[in-house]
Amino acid sequence: MSQQTLRQKLEILADAAKYDASCASSGTSKKNSLGGKGIGSTEGMGICHAYAPDGRCISLLKVLLTNHCIFDCHYCINRKSSNVRRARFTPQEVADLTINFYKRNYIEGLFLSSGIIKSSNHTMELLVEAARILREEYDFRGYIHLKTIPEADPGLIHQAGLYADRVSINVELPTTSGLSRLAPDKDAVQIEGALAKTKSRIIEAKDERKRFKHAPRFAPAGQSTQMIVGADDASDADIVGKASNLYGNFGLRRVYYSAFSPIPDASAVLPLKRPPLMREHRLYQSDWLMRFYGYAPGEVAQATDTHGNLPLDIDPKLAWALKFRGQFPVDVNRAAKEQLLRVPGLGTTAVGRILAARRHRTLRLDDVAKLTQSIAKVRPFLVALDWRPSTLTDRADLRALLAPKQEQLELF
Amino acid sequence: MVAMQNVSLGVHHVVHMPQPDDFAFWREHARTLIQCDVPPDRVSWVEPGGTGDLFAHGGNAHGEKRLPVPDKDAPPVRVSKRFMRLAKNAILHSDTSRFAQLYLLLWKLQSNPRMMEDKADPDVRKVEEWDKSVRRDSHKMHAFVRFREVESDEGKHYVAWFEPDHHIVRANAGFFKRRFANMKWSILTPRGCIHWDGEVMRESGPAQRSDAPSDDPTEDLWKSYYASTFNPARLKVGAMMSEMPKKYWKNMPEAELIPDLIASAQAREAGMVSAGEREERLRPQNLAEVSDAISACRDCPIAECGPRAVMGEGAIGSPLMIIGEQPGDQEDLSGKPFVGPAGQLLDECLEAAKIDRSAAYVTNAVKHFKYVLRGKRRIHQSPTAKETDTCRWWLEAERAIVQPRIILALGASAARGLLGKTVSISQARGAPIPLEDGSELWVTAHPAYLLRLEGEARKEQGALFAHDLSAVRARMSALTMQSSYHSQIA
Repeated sequence: MSQQTLRQKLEILADAAKYDASCASSGTSKKNSLGGKGIGSTEGMGICHAYAPDGRCISLLKVLLTNHCIFDCHYCINRKSSNVRRARFTPQEVADLTINFYKRNYIEGLFLSSGIIKSSNHTMELLVEAARILREEYDFRGYIHLKTIPEADPGLIHQAGLYADRVSINVELPTTSGLSRLAPDKDAVQIEGALAKTKSRIIEAKDERKRFKHAPRFAPAGQSTQMIVGADDASDADIVGKASNLYGNFGLRRVYYSAFSPIPDASAVLPLKRPPLMREHRLYQSDWLMRFYGYAPGEVAQATDTHGNLPLDIDPKLAWALKFRGQFPVDVNRAAKEQLLRVPGLGTTAVGRILAARRHRTLRLDDVAKLTQSIAKVRPFLVALDWRPSTLTDRADLRALLAPKQEQLELF
Repeated sequence: MVAMQNVSLGVHHVVHMPQPDDFAFWREHARTLIQCDVPPDRVSWVEPGGTGDLFAHGGNAHGEKRLPVPDKDAPPVRVSKRFMRLAKNAILHSDTSRFAQLYLLLWKLQSNPRMMEDKADPDVRKVEEWDKSVRRDSHKMHAFVRFREVESDEGKHYVAWFEPDHHIVRANAGFFKRRFANMKWSILTPRGCIHWDGEVMRESGPAQRSDAPSDDPTEDLWKSYYASTFNPARLKVGAMMSEMPKKYWKNMPEAELIPDLIASAQAREAGMVSAGEREERLRPQNLAEVSDAISACRDCPIAECGPRAVMGEGAIGSPLMIIGEQPGDQEDLSGKPFVGPAGQLLDECLEAAKIDRSAAYVTNAVKHFKYVLRGKRRIHQSPTAKETDTCRWWLEAERAIVQPRIILALGASAARGLLGKTVSISQARGAPIPLEDGSELWVTAHPAYLLRLEGEARKEQGALFAHDLSAVRARMSALTMQSSYHSQIA
């Protein structure tokens, strides 16, 4: 076989990494390159340097070190039985690409993951080496996200956390049965064990930094994980339950959902069609409800249908409100923050604005309209000085009135 | 104009801003004006190079250039932190009324200090919106500036061309300095330029696009990355456009790929789905259909040279499936698998191992005979991995119909036909490889390989082959016992 060029390798290994949903580069400790030898900075907010036509942000150079893999996970394009082109970077090549892209302001940093070659430890060593070159040889102070391998030696995972801003381990599938069917080489107990270990390391490192100023940072942007949606038969309620357990047990910064995409050379065990992208979106919305809006996982589950799935045509908050109409309308001038946060169409920003503005005036519907995105959407659930929805909240066809037109959802 | 000279209307003040983004200057003047109790409609703020408003026309006939001096005991001007934060940013907006609007707000805040909290107030909202669009513009500058590398006498220099909407360049110099502290770089814009040489920040006047370099070889790599990281199964053009509006595209090298990526996305996704659909819908449901289909198959170039397709032989439900590489000369002529010299050797070895060939399903990984003509002789050629993988589709169809419990792969091509990857015979032989449907795969050498050996090597490999066959035989008996045991206890 002829030698692959760097560009060919990049094409193969970026293509192989694109099914990983996360591209976040936020929430890490602040650093900059003043007084150093190299380049790079992180200032809290991540930056999206480009957007692909799939609507996703490109913030990091997201590649695999190699897409050779000894595992055979059915949903994965890089499984050993797949017929994709294979390629392999050296850690040095990854580090050089990162620096060259960073110097031109294409990226915030690196998101490096890998197929498993030889052994988990060998693979993890290579991942850590790429990060080491960046941090130690190039004095790179941008963002690094390393995907760690749950089976690898704890010492290596520790090294990874010292170089990286964020580490992650994919739980892959929401149910253990799904995992054993679709990812026969992976083990749920091992994955969760690794998540737990990483959590305690993050806590230890934070604690040490409180006492010793120069204690090393360990993954200052925390850990995250990813679940594939739609490759097995887990319902949205299952997924939401799993996610809330993960947040609770392992102190995760984020749980990412990746709608299963049809992949070239798919395994016959998989569904052929992708789940609607909207499903992924609804799951993220429910994630937001739990993290920022004070909903318990059980309450999100109340918004699901008899099969445990969230409606696709309306968002989960509206679905919940339509089921629990007795809680509405809410008086925009008197209601507590928690109640306002439950009003469909009111985001955290709008609620903040309402709370601030009502100290100065008794709000009319017009005032609320200035503070929110769409007054038509929130109106049926609110009472203002000059507005009371009267029968609107009780109308049987309220859902039809508020649901967006179906054809707007899919771009096809 | 006569009314303007009426003393009761007071003097009109004109403030000429030295820079469009000079917050300190504006703050100092605004503070003085407030202390002198000058109402907003008595002040004009003029952009650098601008002529100001009506009052400033015809020289400063009605305007007082020099600012009044506040009383010594004038109270200090107080304002909320929030106003300061907003004003510092909003002053960078390109709206020419911004200085006056900020002064108006400052004026009102003196009598209503908590007004900033009232998000429904139109004056507050206006400034908030400016702040927001300036922040967005700055954010897009951080994101979309693209440096190009140029070699200069003092080493590498990184130069970018960017077109901001507002007067944000100077305000964002610090960001780029902190990020690229040890690089020499310049950002050129039509609103002025900033240059960093690793130690000192320098400013210069407006530039043109042609002042910036037009190319950088690394852009090709970046474009490859951009195209490869895009998932055609999830086209969401609206989401992309709202975050990366078209106005930025002309200065971003990767953006030139977007139209093609969008245009080909549906076809690429359809391709992925239909490649999968082939497995699901068109897979033949019985052996006769497989036989017809392989005769018509032209998915790889082998069939183009005219050999016939050789179908497998045996019954549905056979517990053992034996897979060879491909038909040879004799097999192609007879249309049956394993009838040539290799087939005869196989028969002998099977008999020795007490495996009944007639109870097995015998087939090949590749259905057509691949050869080159040498004189009148057709010389066997090994199929390529790609050809084996293409034909795997038919092998999988046979396997799904026959449903053997044990599969014996003879040679590396046969193993690849099942596993989709090349395994080493010496490593894979001797132990079963579990397959996802619960059956198991045993791998051994191809009998044709034995035919090519002589002497000791032949003896040695022959023994290994016989040993593999007897292991398969033993495994078959064990499975039969197991299932009869299960049927007994059931």
